[in-house]
Amino acid sequence: MARRIASVAAGAWLLLALPATTLAAPPPQALTPEHRQRLHDLLVQDCGSCHGLRMTGGLGPRLTPETLAGKDRESLEATVLHGRPGTAMPPWQGLLDQREVAWMIDQLLQGVEP
Amino acid sequence: MKPRLVPLLPLSLALLLALMLSACAQSPALRATGDLGIIVERGSGSLLLVEHSHQRRLARIEGLGDLSHASVVFSRDQRYAYVFGRDGGLTKVDLLRQRIDRRVVQGGNSIGGAISQDGRLIAVGNYEPGGLRVFDSDTLEPVADIPAPLLDTAAGVDSKRSRAVGVVDAPGQRFLFSLFDTGEIWSVDMTEPASPEISRYHDIGRQPYDALLTSDGRYYLAGLFGEDGMALLDLWQPEAGVERVLHHYGRGDQRLPVYKMPHLEGWTVAGDSAYVPAVGRHQVLVLDRNNWQQTDAIEVAGQPVFVMARPDARQIWVNFAHPDNHLVQVIDTRSHRIIDTLEPGPGVLHMEFTPRGEQVWLSVRDAGEVQVWDPYRLTRMATLPAEKPSGIFFTSRAHEIGL
Ligand code: HEC
Repeated sequence: MARRIASVAAGAWLLLALPATTLAAPPPQALTPEHRQRLHDLLVQDCGSCHGLRMTGGLGPRLTPETLAGKDRESLEATVLHGRPGTAMPPWQGLLDQREVAWMIDQLLQGVEP
Repeated sequence: MKPRLVPLLPLSLALLLALMLSACAQSPALRATGDLGIIVERGSGSLLLVEHSHQRRLARIEGLGDLSHASVVFSRDQRYAYVFGRDGGLTKVDLLRQRIDRRVVQGGNSIGGAISQDGRLIAVGNYEPGGLRVFDSDTLEPVADIPAPLLDTAAGVDSKRSRAVGVVDAPGQRFLFSLFDTGEIWSVDMTEPASPEISRYHDIGRQPYDALLTSDGRYYLAGLFGEDGMALLDLWQPEAGVERVLHHYGRGDQRLPVYKMPHLEGWTVAGDSAYVPAVGRHQVLVLDRNNWQQTDAIEVAGQPVFVMARPDARQIWVNFAHPDNHLVQVIDTRSHRIIDTLEPGPGVLHMEFTPRGEQVWLSVRDAGEVQVWDPYRLTRMATLPAEKPSGIFFTSRAHEIGL
């Protein structure tokens, strides 16, 4: 990437558009669309079985953008990875990695459509 | 004589035609409902009306709101289905006209319900506001409101009142339910709908998550999530109180994380044994129905969700929580052996047997289909497309106590 930017600096006009898209494109470790679809389905169906398909709550609490607003992101991620002992919230570590959990929290903060 | 016959012929032909026409016009209205069923299409908020005699779809009925975790009971004439939706919607569906008859949004978040012994009342168990609400089954007008106890505003709980689970109807015009947050069983006598008589049982165990009634209407059994065990109420002697059974069935083993709450539904009794899902373990537990002691633990492929007996009780069918929800296992009730492990497809959510057990219907959510299996040959008989199907409910439930 550094090289391409360097070539822009070198004044290659044609390449100017290219580095722009390259920079805006997801970083190499980003989730593929299929992967995101799978996580979305998991969020709606499996998390939804406790939190509601529309995240409006059930056995687990409401997880809508309004209720999550202002909550510490890291602790939300930790809740998903490690669960909350003594409650029905299970740990997802082993089934989901940090990156996947971070993506799911993003979705929750934005609002999830089933 | 002869010339007279001639004009008669066209007349009788016309008459015959008219008769045939009127028969045609009438026949669609003439049908029975004993072989019908409802399949919940979770997410799209619709229902499929199906018929198990010919394994076919008859209609799709739309506009039922949030149907995650939806369940269904039927009127005693098997004409109407009452659908309990997650969003607090209570919808009465006319199976003959294939459309919604009435719909009310009675609460914020509900989990299931029951129809009374006399068929006149519908009870809905709510998470929000926690408690039981009772409605007239004809009009869906409210009849009684039975709020659950208030909670201290504990972290993580939105509901201000204890959440109601495991609602069933019981003999003597009663509804029974359990309270998740406060660990209680309530038995409500609705003989006088305007003044329900409530019996409360406290300290039944931590976090009852679902319950069932034995098909004879005698025992109410609540599964506990917060501890290993179940709570049992004998309705022949309610004064004896609630007894703890299957106490500490895990015997100290580390419990696995629970990704989906098991369900207790359709009493699974075969001979002297009862079969229930173990919470957080890859086991189906077997109890002696006479003394409620555990007699066996059958190792299965994952955490069981539904444990359902074939109507002749010779087989038990089990489906599983994520990540094993693509499997179904069949247990032989004499040997307690797994006789087959089926792989119907991704996301097997529910199973329903036809009343005499020659078919079992499976909803395979992520494949977008409902499969009909022959439980005697263990082969697939038919496949019907459906939108993210979950619960399957046949009208034969109308005549089962507790369903
Ligand atoms: C078996 C039920 C169950 C399932 C499945 C479940 N949760 Fe939970 N969840 C809970 C409960 C109960 C709580 C509240 C715990 C408490 O009382 O502190 C909770 C809490 C949370 C919280 C913390 C909310 C807050 O305000 O602090 C988050 C975030 C969360 N869950 C996300 C998820 C995600 C993401 C999934 C799916 C990967 C999921 N949950 C699946 C039951 C569940």
